[in-house]
Parts: sequence; C-alpha cells; structure tokens
Amino acid sequence: MSDIRLEERLAAALARLILAPDAPPARHIAVGAASPIPAAACWLVHKQGHPVRLSLLHKRSGNPFTEGTRELFDLTGQGRIDLFFLGGGQIDGQANLNLVGTGEWPGRGVRFPGSFGSAFMYAMAHRTILFREEHSPRVLVERVDNISAAGVNEPGVFRRGHAQALVTGRCVFRFHPDRARFSLQSLHPGETVEGIRAATGFDFDVPETVPQTPDPTPAELALLRGPVCDEMLETYPEFCARVFDRKAAA
Amino acid sequence: MTNPISLEAMAASVPDGALLALPPDNSLPSVALAKALVRRGARGLRLLGVPVAGFAADMLIGAGCVAEIETSAVSLGEAGFAPRFSAAVRAGSLVVRDCTCPAVHTMLQAAEKGVPFMPLRGLIGSDILAHRPDWKVVPNPYAAAGEDPIVLLPALQPDVAIFHAVMADSLGNVWLGRRRECATIAHASKRALVTVERVVPGNFLEDERLAPGTINATYVTDIAIAERGAHPVALLDEYGFDAAYVADYARMARTEAGFTEWLAREVMTGAAPQAVAAE
Repeated sequence: MSDIRLEERLAAALARLILAPDAPPARHIAVGAASPIPAAACWLVHKQGHPVRLSLLHKRSGNPFTEGTRELFDLTGQGRIDLFFLGGGQIDGQANLNLVGTGEWPGRGVRFPGSFGSAFMYAMAHRTILFREEHSPRVLVERVDNISAAGVNEPGVFRRGHAQALVTGRCVFRFHPDRARFSLQSLHPGETVEGIRAATGFDFDVPETVPQTPDPTPAELALLRGPVCDEMLETYPEFCARVFDRKAAA
Repeated sequence: MTNPISLEAMAASVPDGALLALPPDNSLPSVALAKALVRRGARGLRLLGVPVAGFAADMLIGAGCVAEIETSAVSLGEAGFAPRFSAAVRAGSLVVRDCTCPAVHTMLQAAEKGVPFMPLRGLIGSDILAHRPDWKVVPNPYAAAGEDPIVLLPALQPDVAIFHAVMADSLGNVWLGRRRECATIAHASKRALVTVERVVPGNFLEDERLAPGTINATYVTDIAIAERGAHPVALLDEYGFDAAYVADYARMARTEAGFTEWLAREVMTGAAPQAVAAE
C-alpha cells in the first residue's frame, strides 16, 4: 500500500465523524457541489456497507431530485436530511460561516461566490460537518466579517442542528453548541497544539491529551482507491486523477 | 400553433430595466438569449439567480447590461469565482441583494400561488436577513404567544423568465424534464421566453412519459429556436458541459480588456447586422 495522501486521511476522518456513535444517525446525507473529499467520505461509508442514502447535488447523471433544486430544501425543512457539509471563506470560533466576502457587506474586500443555501441548511439539517482544507488565520478567524449562516442562535429560535465538527488539513475540532466554542479533537500527523494555535485566529479549548487523527486503515484505503473512486470519476475527474491516479475512460 | 420568433426579436422584446429570472448553470440557462441581450445592448437589467447565477449572468454583468442582481451566489463552478461579477462588486457598480437558495424558491412559490408572502425556517442570525428590510421576522401565529420567531418572505414576480428547453411541440408546450425550477419561474413570472433546440409535431401533454417534464404553453410567451442554446452549459443528456470554453472565459475575463476581446470574438460576431449597428 503506497503512502497515504492527505485527501485520503481527510476522507477517512470525515467518515468516522459521519459514523460517530454519539451523533444522530446519518440515514440521508446531502453533499454540495465543490466537495470531492466529503463526497469521498460519504461513498466510503456507503461502500463499508452502512445503509445510507446519498444525495449528491452535482452528480451529472442520476441527479437525485425530480422537483428541481428546491426539493433538497424542502427535504431539509422537514428534517429528512440528517447530515450536510459546509465550508466557508471565513469560519470563526462560534462556528459562524462567511461565504459572502470580506470587508463591508456584500464583500467589498474579497467577494466570495455567495451564501448558497447555508443560511437555511445549517439550522435545518440534523447536523453539519464543516470542512475546509486550508487551515490559516486568514480562514479561521476570531470573528467573521459577514455572517452567511450563524453557528448558534438565541434560545427560542427553532433550530434542528449545529456543527458537529470542523475538519481542516491540520486537525479535527469538535464544536460545542452549548458554549459556542470549538475544542481540539485530534491532530493530523506532524501537527502540534502550538502549531495549531499559531495557525488559528480563534481561541479554542484543548483537552489534557490530544490524540493523533487515526490513519486510514488498509481496508479503508482499498475502498477509497477502488470502488469509491469508481463512483466519483464522472463528477470529479480532476480530483480522481490527482488523488487516485485514475483517469476517466474517454 | 407554435410560431417561433427569431432570437434577436426575442432579445428585442426584453425592455431595459426588466427583472429577469435565470436558472443556474446546472439547470438550463439560455446562454444564446443572454448573448443576444448583450448584442442588443440591453441596459439596467435586474437579474434574479434561481437560486444562483453562473456564466450567463457574469457575461451580462461584464457587458454592462445589469444594474442589480439578487442571487444566492454567482459562480463559474469548477472554473472558479465569477470574474466580472467580482470586479463589479469591488467597483461598487452593481447592486447586489444577497439571498439564500430556499428563500429564492419560496418567494417565487408565493408568486406562483398568488399569495403575498410565505414563511421560511432558518435564516435567523444571518447577515443576509439583516440586509433585507423586505424580509420580516414575526412570531409563529400557531405557536404559544411571543414564541418561535419565523421569517416571512414577500412574493417575487419577475418580469421575464428566461431559460432553454430541449424542445417545443406544435402547441407551444416546452419539454425540459425534471428541472422544475424552470417551471417555477415560468409560473411565477409575467412572461416566459424560452429558447429550444427544436420544434417537434404533436402535443407533449398527451404523452404520459413527456407530460411530467413539460411546461404548459399557457405560461410560455414566446419560443425561439437556438441550437446548442445552452452552450457552454450542459443540456440534460443532449450535450455536455464545455469546461474548456468556460475556463477560457474565466481566464480572459479576469481583466476588462480580456473580457472585451472575448466578447468581440464570442458574442458580437454572432450578431444580426442591425444589432451590431445598434451597438
């Protein structure tokens, strides 16, 4: 088995979070457009034999919906989506997400594409895993410039779920909605608590011992490089070529 | 009977300042009509991305056709950020009303039903809501008094829905399969202008397999034939996404000069002579 690539490690870490025994069950997961690593994690869970329904929004053939794009939001509004993935141009220590842009509203500094469905999905999915590979003070900030989707709400506001965790290229944070703070859950190989502190713009809690993010097992790697890659080739050809050295048939 | 008009005549029927509803790049935008609007020199258009906007919107913004955009995002997908949109935001030359996807659908569904507003969950705590004085938070009247705040969104009726369908039939019904956001914007808008690959004889509504993916002619104002009218965007299983074309656009549109050169090569050359003269 060749060296483990970061993307494979992240996909395996996400898969473990999907299956976390202390989280509500993930029976139906939706994955957005620019998310090859979360998509790989979902396929890994599926190929491990767990009964999970995957709705991949940008699958070119076999799109899961017949009522247009509103169907995803209607499903989520009813509580039929157990898990969603979100990222952000900025993520802060209270798990607020900024997909709008930096500087004055509506992003007069650096304008990002926009909030998509985040302002709704974050509150209405049973849980959300935040994923952002870049771990830097530019992305992980003390306070986002603009809030696309709020990490927590005032008491009395109807909200079905929160962030479960934030996975970056350097570590895994767990989110605690009761106190609106992250804590360090695990460090990827080669990372230190001090290094994470220096690269993170927000304050977070650190338990006495912080384990290393587990390596993907040989069985997980075999699934990722085989059947998971097979499923992803059509939607993410560039990703599959780069990570799994596999080209789509012409 | 279906009596298709020309693409340039269709573009001419869209007045300056109109509110245009456009589907995103994965849901059948009429890029052909967007290019024709650039050629006719449309000005002051207000775009609604349903629920997001892509290639056609970025091109219209770059060409100076757009005064305002209401959308949940503008993106070129794999090709990255939308360059002319980003430049216009930086320059402050474009009014942007940021939205979130289900809010766009909900406002249009209210218009479809002819009711003044509809509620939507979520959104509370987002700066999107804070910047939308037209969205109101009220107590859920069905909950105990004063509890359960919920957002009300006003009905939104676009002036014109614009999209590309696979085909029209003899009666002017159009078929585009399961991309039902196009049906929603056709239902909600005052007019719907639809470009199609082809017109075929018969009545889709008499075919049980075609009827569920059909939009009734009652909602369709005009049809124009535009072969490969979604290009570079994919059209269902008819043709795929032209990633190289969009990547080339993204590269050239990084600068104003590059965009102008791209426009001259890819849009203005396809013009009917009078449209060029008008510019």
